[in-house]
Parts: sequence; structure tokens; C-alpha cells
Amino acid sequence: MKLEEIKEGIKDGLPIALGYFSVSVAFGVSSVGAKVPWWGATLISLTNLTSAGQKAGVDVMAVGGSILLIVLTTLIINMRYFLMGVSMSQKVEERMPVWQRLLVAFGITDEIYAVSMGKKHDLTACYMAALIIPPIFGWTGGTLLGSVATNFMPAVLADAMGIALYGMFIAVIIPPSKESKKVLSAVVMAILLSVMFTYAPYIKNLETGWAVIIITIVVSSVAATLFPVKEGADIE
Amino acid sequence: MSNGYIFASIAAMALTTYFIRMLPMAIFRKKIENRWIRSFLYYVPYVVLSAMTFPAIFSSTGSTLGASLGCAVAIMLAYFNKGLLTVAVGAAAMAFIVQFAGM
Repeated sequence: MKLEEIKEGIKDGLPIALGYFSVSVAFGVSSVGAKVPWWGATLISLTNLTSAGQKAGVDVMAVGGSILLIVLTTLIINMRYFLMGVSMSQKVEERMPVWQRLLVAFGITDEIYAVSMGKKHDLTACYMAALIIPPIFGWTGGTLLGSVATNFMPAVLADAMGIALYGMFIAVIIPPSKESKKVLSAVVMAILLSVMFTYAPYIKNLETGWAVIIITIVVSSVAATLFPVKEGADIE
Repeated sequence: MSNGYIFASIAAMALTTYFIRMLPMAIFRKKIENRWIRSFLYYVPYVVLSAMTFPAIFSSTGSTLGASLGCAVAIMLAYFNKGLLTVAVGAAAMAFIVQFAGM
């Protein structure tokens, strides 16, 4: 049983690791461009395991910004992980001990979260470990490679890789939207608001991190009020 | 950039990020019974991922046309319940072909 869980985790984690590898090469290249040494960039990836937050942090470092500014920037961009953490806390096995929950918390990224939530079953520690470890290697290894060997990947290939992670999100969103009008309504509302936050005058200046949080809270509240899930139904 | 500054910055980023992830996992250890909260949490993944994907996906590669066609391929593959890797690679392959063709 445990071996099955580990196999399943690795099978789900490898595609994420590959996607991360290619994206983090770009992060490594851009960090060196921002005067962060290769070991700094690699250490950032190993300890943060997040894309947008790291990029923003390095941007602040590049201009020698204060530590407080680095903390605030990271906080805003990564605040969505708090909401993901709440739903992840409900999706792991109820009997999972605290120390394992605290380790799983480190691995909450957009993609790992997306895959976890797509599972029909509760999440076990073995599955989560096998799911999280390959992406850590992919993310850190890609950064290392990108920062020591800048410009080794043809630009057109690196460019096309940018869409891969969004493709994974689509793979999570579409199947349930097809099955359930409620989910589809929430998805459509989220997209409309997101387009508004991207293009509408004034509000488009809002930090992307804030926009995602506001959209998540507003749309999920509206959906929960209009289309509550069945009593006793499992959160999937 | 001094090594001290680099270490301090990295520590600040890492601790902040971990704190955000760890807090809810440490607080909510029991299954939440409230129906509204359960419903709210049910929708969170779909809403977060939709908001992050659209419209950002259209500017995720070097060409808007490539990204749009890549997005269309992803939606089609996902509609037929293809796995994560197939959908991701399909989208990237489409974007690559369009860009390689110089469109």
C-alpha cells in the first residue's frame, strides 16, 4: 500500500519537476543578471520553492532594497499559499501527525497544490513526500544550471516552456468544470474578475498577488453562498 | 552585493514564505464541519488557478498567437481528460511550433 502511494506520488511529481526545471533555468539566468551569485540563486530556490515570490525578491535585492521590503513583497505575492494551506489542511489525512503536516506545508506550491486537490482520496504522508521531493530537485537543479551556464538553452525553446505550467493548471480546472455547472460558474467568474484586474484602469496597478487573493475570497464566497456543496460531501 | 546582505535577504524570503504555508496547516488540524466554509474551500483551487492562468497565459511565451493556440490545445486535451503532463507538453509543443515558424 505504501509503495503504491510512493509510486503514485512520483508519477505525479515528475511532470512538475520537469516543468520546474525548465522554468527555474530562466530564474537562474535572470538572477545572475540581477547580480545575485549562482550560489545565492540556488539557495533561494532550495529554501523558497516558489516562482513569482522569488523573482520579486531578487528584483528587490538587485536594487539593494531593505529586508523589510523583501519581507512585505514576499508576503503579498505568496499570501495565496495561506488559502491553499487551509484547503490542504482539510485534504490531508485527519490522523496525519503535526510534524508531517509541517513538512508537507513546505511543499505547497501552485502546481503541487493543484495536483493534490485533483486527487479523489485523502493525502497521505508517503504520497505527499513522493510528490514534493522531485519538484524540489527540479526547481533547485534548474536554477543551479541556469545560473552557472547562462544562455545555453535556445531562446525559442525557453520561451515556449513558459506556457507548460499554465497547461497543468488547465488540466486541473477543465475536467470538473465539464462535470459541474457550479464549478464552471466559479471558474468563469474568476476569469472575468482576473481580466478586469489586468486591464481595467486604476485597479490594474494592483500587485498581482493581491488581485489573486481578492478574486479568490470574493468568488469562493459567492460560489459557497449560491451553490453550497452537499452536506457531508467530501472536499475534493 | 555583500554576502551578509544576500544571506539576510534569502533568510527573510524563506522564513516569510514558509510561515505563510505552515500557519494554516498548523492551525486547522481537524476537519472543518461548517457547510459554508467547506463549500468555500471546495471552490478555492478552481478559482485560484483560473485567476492565475487567465489572462496571464496569453503572455506566457514569446508570441501571443503561439500562447493562444497553446492554450486552445491545452483546453482541448484537458476536456478529453488527458493527464497533466500530456496537457502541459501539448501546450508547450504548440507554442514552440508557432514560434519556430516565426509567426
